[in-house]
Amino acid sequence: MYRYDEFDHQLVAERVAQFRHQVKRRLDGQLTEDQFKPLRLMNGLYLQLHAYMLRVNVPYGVLSAHQLRKLAHIARRYDRDYGHFTTRQNIQYNWISLEDTADILAELAEVEMNAMQSSGNCVRNITADPLAGRARDEIEDPRPWCELIRQYSILNPEFSYLPRKFKIAVTGAPKDRAAVAVHDIGLRMHHDAHGKPGFEVIVGGGQGRTPVIGKTIRDWIEPEEILAYIEAILRVYNLYGRRDNLYKARIKILVNALGLDAFRELVETEYEAMRGQALAVPAAEQERIAAYFQPPAWESGSDLDAELDTLRAADQDFARWFDSNVSAHKAPGYAIVTLSLKATGQEPGDLSADRMDAVADLADRYSLGELRVTHRQNLVFTDVKQSQLQALHRELQALQLATPNIGLLTDMIACPGLDYCALANARSIPVAQDISRHFAAADKLLEIGELSINISGCMNACGHHHVANIGILGVNKKGKEFFQITLGGAADESAALGDRLGPGLPQNELPGAIETLVDKYLELRTSESESFLETYRRVGMTPFKTAVYGDDAARRVA
Amino acid sequence: MALIKNHELTPDTYTRIAGDAELPDQGGVLVDLQRWQDDWQSLGRRGSPVGVWLTSDQHPEIIADDLDQIDLVALEFPSFRDGRAYSYARLLRDRYGFSGELRAVGDVLPDQLLYMHRVGFDAFELAGQDPLSDYQTALEEFDVFYQPAADARATALRLRHARG
Amino acid sequence: MTMLSPMTQALTANRLSDGRVVFLTSTGDWSADLGAARIAEDAIGQAELNAIGEQAEADCVIVGPYLIEVREAAGTLQAVEIRESIRALGPTVQAGQF
Repeated sequence: MYRYDEFDHQLVAERVAQFRHQVKRRLDGQLTEDQFKPLRLMNGLYLQLHAYMLRVNVPYGVLSAHQLRKLAHIARRYDRDYGHFTTRQNIQYNWISLEDTADILAELAEVEMNAMQSSGNCVRNITADPLAGRARDEIEDPRPWCELIRQYSILNPEFSYLPRKFKIAVTGAPKDRAAVAVHDIGLRMHHDAHGKPGFEVIVGGGQGRTPVIGKTIRDWIEPEEILAYIEAILRVYNLYGRRDNLYKARIKILVNALGLDAFRELVETEYEAMRGQALAVPAAEQERIAAYFQPPAWESGSDLDAELDTLRAADQDFARWFDSNVSAHKAPGYAIVTLSLKATGQEPGDLSADRMDAVADLADRYSLGELRVTHRQNLVFTDVKQSQLQALHRELQALQLATPNIGLLTDMIACPGLDYCALANARSIPVAQDISRHFAAADKLLEIGELSINISGCMNACGHHHVANIGILGVNKKGKEFFQITLGGAADESAALGDRLGPGLPQNELPGAIETLVDKYLELRTSESESFLETYRRVGMTPFKTAVYGDDAARRVA
Repeated sequence: MALIKNHELTPDTYTRIAGDAELPDQGGVLVDLQRWQDDWQSLGRRGSPVGVWLTSDQHPEIIADDLDQIDLVALEFPSFRDGRAYSYARLLRDRYGFSGELRAVGDVLPDQLLYMHRVGFDAFELAGQDPLSDYQTALEEFDVFYQPAADARATALRLRHARG
Repeated sequence: MTMLSPMTQALTANRLSDGRVVFLTSTGDWSADLGAARIAEDAIGQAELNAIGEQAEADCVIVGPYLIEVREAAGTLQAVEIRESIRALGPTVQAGQF
């Protein structure tokens, strides 16, 4: 992984000192809340329902065991012994005091972490495929480019007061595990005919109250030109993005208002004036950064297919876990293991300080000290020997981190919702817990197969409900919480927005409604290999609507 | 309101002219875009420096061809949250080659000064009890810069590779 | 349960230093306990609360003061809205168990 050199260390130290001074000025009354708010947000600090909330970047999801121990320490020392992993590969602490913040940032700097630009109207944490550099289907490792973009974006003098926040995601694999189509800029790496890598640039995707699937603005850009191209997009957005209406300020609104072609023309004009100049990434810098991401010293070996088959046959728990939580690694003899933060009744993405420490120890023993944070709010061990899978499985079981549900119904995304968030209209976590308990039986989950349920507590859509196979949106109607269901969304390479099923339901009816939808799918699917999403795309909304609301409602929508 | 120019407190030698108000007999004047477009010839004949004040919805491309006759461009921040002028400044310096005074006016706060300086501003209208001290503090807060901008500061990338 | 008029309101905010939820008390302090809150039952009383809140914000004690509707129940004060109830009592989920 990337390691700070003296420049990175100095910059972060200077940033901490600056923020310490800003906090002091705020407490002394030299800064008003209005003036201070963007400053604290750009250091990751929100004021939420109960306290300040600090969002710490895990850049493109890459985390070391050493860093995770520091995150556990911060949870204990400055918070209430737990943290929350988010859909943008960050971790949030919910009970932070303003007076402690600079000290926390200084502690994070000791392990080469920071909270810079995890909020605010600027370029946010760069996210990526959580399996980057390891997945067997990968074309190109996106991490070096993520790091280049990260450095480019940090304290960027021109783009720290954009019309609104700006999110960039990068993937180097055909299977999109980074949701690039719903980011302000999504980058997809390809190879040309000679095997040279380049980027497809997708722009104007996003969720929130106006969800949009991003559009390809350029099929191909040379990797050394990627910063110039990003700057061209950012400049056009900074100049022409709307600033009069908070809800119409994202780049997706600008792209839609101008039309993709007119937007592209502005960007290309800007890019042509900059190409090959100061932002072109020199080969020496590409090499310097790439050197940090060289594969670790994997032991040479071969896949243990036969041995694993024997283990699976003998141990049903292991078999279920292997089938859902283990994925193919580049290196023969190794595997990628996803730790589920979605045990029955668990708040999605939450992890206690004690378990963080335990996970860090396991990462050292089983995964060369490295792990990842996924946008689906789970953790990943990147380099597990296949011969150690069974031993790791037992240890994870003891920690309740081996729930065999990755990619299945109970692997839900949920935002913090009204239990924590100042923007929320309804609670998300209790909804997730209800569904999780209702579908606790592993056999049923396996029978249902691949299915995503995402829950947002308001239309800002931090819980990604628009791009879930089954999305749940909390709303407040006359003081009561109701939940609207959408069907057919997808966040992967077939990205799509869900369609509304019908009127909102109260919380206690949701698990039953989900069960009705799932049973209808099981009845309609042509084979076990047809997923919920595929069935929905084939048959459409009506049978599902009828199943939940009855014939009359279905006729009205038909 | 104090004016800091080239790192020093400086008397403002320009008179701000509201709309089509009468010009003083002599001395620099700072006019709005409309006045410049209406009166650029007579403004030029005065033989005194001319500045043009642009609001945040006036793209400096409008005056790109006139810049050799303009001594000062003042870019207005109606609110410190409106970041358009950062890009205008980059364009004026990098694209249109403007080398005159580039002044930040309006809601200019200490915490944004370093960014402003990096994108090409060299003059700042600042409020506060000790604006020069605020300015100096703000400009000294960082010594490491990741990205090239319109200033002469060496980027981390350049320094990393220069040390060999 | 005594129903107070819908005009019954308390003043809440977050404390500047640590962000914690607080309510203005009848002694002029800021308390985490909604039960200790000073109540306003008419427009004049509410204007008084708002004025105190604005001053406390200017004095860098609290952030974002606003009035919430409250009712008396079980011998104490409760927030009427779900959001305010969660602010007063904390999250409805028991966090940190996993």
